[in-house]
Amino acid sequence: MSTFSKEHLLYIKKVRKEKILVHVTQFLIIILFFLLWEIMAKKNLINTFLYSSPSQIIQTIISLIKQQNLVNHILITFYEVILSFVISCTVAFIIATILWWKKFLSRVFEPYITIINSLPKVALGPLIIIWAGASMKSIIVMSLMISLFITIINLYQSFISTNKNYITLLKSLKASKKDIFLKVILPSNRANIISTLKINMSMNFIGIIMGELLVSKEGLGYLIMYGSQVFNINLVITSIIILGILSLIMYYFITYLEKIATKNRQVKLK
Amino acid sequence: MENILLKINNLSKKYHNKTSEIKAIENLSLNVYQDEILAIVGPSGCGKSTLLSILAGLEEKGEGTITYNDNYKIGYMLQNDSLFPWLTILDNALIGLEITKNKTKENIDRCIKLLKKYGLYEFRNQYPNSLSGGMRQRVALIRTLATNPELLLLDEPYSALDYQTRLALSSDMYNIIKNEKKTVILITHDIAEAVSMADRVIVLSKRPCSVKKEYSIILENKLNPISNRKDPKFNYYYDMIWRDLDVHI
Repeated sequence: MSTFSKEHLLYIKKVRKEKILVHVTQFLIIILFFLLWEIMAKKNLINTFLYSSPSQIIQTIISLIKQQNLVNHILITFYEVILSFVISCTVAFIIATILWWKKFLSRVFEPYITIINSLPKVALGPLIIIWAGASMKSIIVMSLMISLFITIINLYQSFISTNKNYITLLKSLKASKKDIFLKVILPSNRANIISTLKINMSMNFIGIIMGELLVSKEGLGYLIMYGSQVFNINLVITSIIILGILSLIMYYFITYLEKIATKNRQVKLK
Repeated sequence: MENILLKINNLSKKYHNKTSEIKAIENLSLNVYQDEILAIVGPSGCGKSTLLSILAGLEEKGEGTITYNDNYKIGYMLQNDSLFPWLTILDNALIGLEITKNKTKENIDRCIKLLKKYGLYEFRNQYPNSLSGGMRQRVALIRTLATNPELLLLDEPYSALDYQTRLALSSDMYNIIKNEKKTVILITHDIAEAVSMADRVIVLSKRPCSVKKEYSIILENKLNPISNRKDPKFNYYYDMIWRDLDVHI
């Protein structure tokens, strides 16, 4: 480390400085946003009944925790997202693998998957409620409808776009299809699989909230729906802000998983 | 040179698509002898890669017969090194043994010995992206040799490299191949490479390909591919093959 030249140290310093500047600016923007919002509310420039204000949001959060068990609502939504994420990843992975394995099946099912994927899933809402009942089941089904097919398509696409030379190499060694899948398809698509998981996570998030808006008695989507029905804009905006924080946490969670997945390789390097 | 390792008799191969039928190979016959380097040259698109794919068992043969010596094993080396970026050099070199389920202690030791012998052992725990193009190609050759094949099929093995590296590598490969006493079929479109490396050169015709000419390369002082290029008879073979290929733009 100490062998770096002066120029190099300067360069590193510059890069670090820039990084800090980006973070500081990001932080300032959000502070400025809330500050402006609060000032405009205090000066009666905006109608707080329609647009709420940061101080009212904080009050709402406090009263939600005291009276309505906010933590429970958050946990319910979180639980639903994770459950649907796990189901959707597992099922999509299995189906994508089968489609890769049997070219005939992939040719048969391709148009169906495309049609279902491009269908606006909200349109299925009433049917889902009728079939799955007004319960958490409906919410999970809704979320799966939204996340599953796009995940299948993404996984399958990355499987079939694997470098052909790698496959030829294994074929020349008389490798079985299983070997090709385990030794080439999976490891060469590691980055693709992780980015598909990221997309899947946000799709599930969308799906769960959509499901909760349609039917639910608990969860953040329920709070939003309930808030709009009783015209409590504070409640609606508070729930949305909590949702934003939750999705940020989930994003970092996946990024953390990604780090662990790539860490294994770096350990091997030594 | 007298032992025939592989005998191809009247081989034909057709490809089908919706509108037509393409003959890639027609009535091709040739022998491959033990311990020789046989270079196959031909106009581009003549079907020489198809021939190699058939020999490697990647494609069905059409008509004709291919007979080999018993218990022969082949090693196929692709146009680019195709090293797996997610595996270390050692794991890449061992992939053949792993796939063919021959990862015995003895075979692993043999592979490690090869890595040591050809100066790659110190890189064994590194990943391919930290190696130069030439080194990567050498790893690819060792990966092919690790399964201990009798016959090596090289499909334009240096076509992805720059000229200087190609020259250096062809001599490098030549030494390794001769050291390990392997029989080689080398497919190339580079006449100079064919003449300087091979014991025999077979010129293929345009598609559908068959054997057009055959040369035993007898140089005055056969040493290695780089010095062979300066041999007095080198140009003679070069010109003859150039004329056979009948290149028009």
